[in-house]
Amino acid sequence: MRITQGTFSYLPDLSDDEIKAQIQRALGQGWPLSVEFTDDPHPRNTYWDMWGLPMFDLHDAAAVLYEVNECRRAYPRHYIRVNAYDAARGRQTVALSFIVNRPPDEPGFRLDRQETADRRVRYTTHSYATERPAGARYQEAR
Amino acid sequence: MASDGHPRIAFGAGAPAALSSRSAPSADGGGALGGRACQPEPDDAVVDLATARQVSGIDEVLDAMEQELVGLAPVKTKIREIAALLLVDAERARFGLTAGRPSLHMSFTGDPGTGKTTVALRMADLLKRLGYLERGHLVAVGRDELVGQYVGHTAPKTKEVLKRAMGGVLFIDEAYYLYRADNERDYGQESIEILLQVMENQRDDLVVILAGYKDRMDTFFQANPGMSSRIAHHIHFPGYTLDELEQIGLLMVGQAGYRLSPAAGTTFRDYLGRRSGQPRFANARSVRNAVERARLRHASRLVQQSGAPVSKDDLMRFEPGDFLASRVFHSGSGDAPAT
Repeated sequence: MRITQGTFSYLPDLSDDEIKAQIQRALGQGWPLSVEFTDDPHPRNTYWDMWGLPMFDLHDAAAVLYEVNECRRAYPRHYIRVNAYDAARGRQTVALSFIVNRPPDEPGFRLDRQETADRRVRYTTHSYATERPAGARYQEAR
Repeated sequence: MASDGHPRIAFGAGAPAALSSRSAPSADGGGALGGRACQPEPDDAVVDLATARQVSGIDEVLDAMEQELVGLAPVKTKIREIAALLLVDAERARFGLTAGRPSLHMSFTGDPGTGKTTVALRMADLLKRLGYLERGHLVAVGRDELVGQYVGHTAPKTKEVLKRAMGGVLFIDEAYYLYRADNERDYGQESIEILLQVMENQRDDLVVILAGYKDRMDTFFQANPGMSSRIAHHIHFPGYTLDELEQIGLLMVGQAGYRLSPAAGTTFRDYLGRRSGQPRFANARSVRNAVERARLRHASRLVQQSGAPVSKDDLMRFEPGDFLASRVFHSGSGDAPAT
């Protein structure tokens, strides 16, 4: 199941040129960018691992794309996203965050229903990928 | 760390399916990033180089360089050659004749104050106009910005600088300090290795210019043959002649809104002749300092002649005394630094 998260989640995966154009726009707005990766893309997992520090004082998108490609090389089968942070007063939040890399096959999620008191039902989304230990997820099928 | 507050996941097949058709304008309307030459021109077509020159606007940069930079004839010739090569390459690409992107890394050698940084700035502008650089900004660094102070500090530091310079020119002043022959464990070597790697792999995004004294750069290139072979253009900046120094000085005086009285003109030339024979003479930079000091003396001379009204001409005019007070005219030995 294809996971969609963040900005442009409704679009097909962006090409490198499109990613570059988006990064350039973010730089044009004065937003520093950072690259993050994870193998646990649960919707409530907001804390992805950082690929290096956030990048300040850049002028050209090539520098960010370089880090994205380095991260892709190290974690070809992880989810990788690019964040742009808007530090403007009154905003101070992530302004743009989109996925730039995903594993070739995504096992998806299962909906668990738990019966509790008074026939109420609690729902849990369970990621099939997390059935394996961290680091061993999204590997080549053996 | 920054993370988006509520990332969304669309579950089920229904929701994204309706949207996954390629209808969004941003998907293919990528804009300016696309390459040139999508369809090669037919073999019998002709291109107009003069128009291409006009469109790129390189003549403005080259003409400005010709007018505003005094002397430096070999440098200007070399830069014109490079500009012509890049222009022709761009036209060749329209016929599908691609020779690969030419290597644009350069080394500027020459004495201090011969205009290396100034020319690098114009080079960045030129390369941007020719479409070889996206931004065309200049990041000037020295050893301190590239080399770290402890193990594991150098690589991130160098990479940080390289990323900052991407899309523009990285100007490394006194590059030979990166390599210390006497200390094998110096971190400079690590920095050089990263530089080489990026110069090779990210050639499209970054142009590196190394600058420094000629003899020390030669030693540096001998010790780092990999660096030497990756630099296509070695440009030497000759020192200025006395006439050129005078011309530069007059330009600076004019730009600051001053002028020389006829007597002061002779004194100024005399001063430059004496100063250029002394040690630690830094060409145009020394001329600038001389003009700054003359302004100082000019101002105190006007303040001290109390009583007499001061005209606009007085406020603009340097007299011989403004230069004659310099130590260059007093001490016979050339050892003392000029003031």
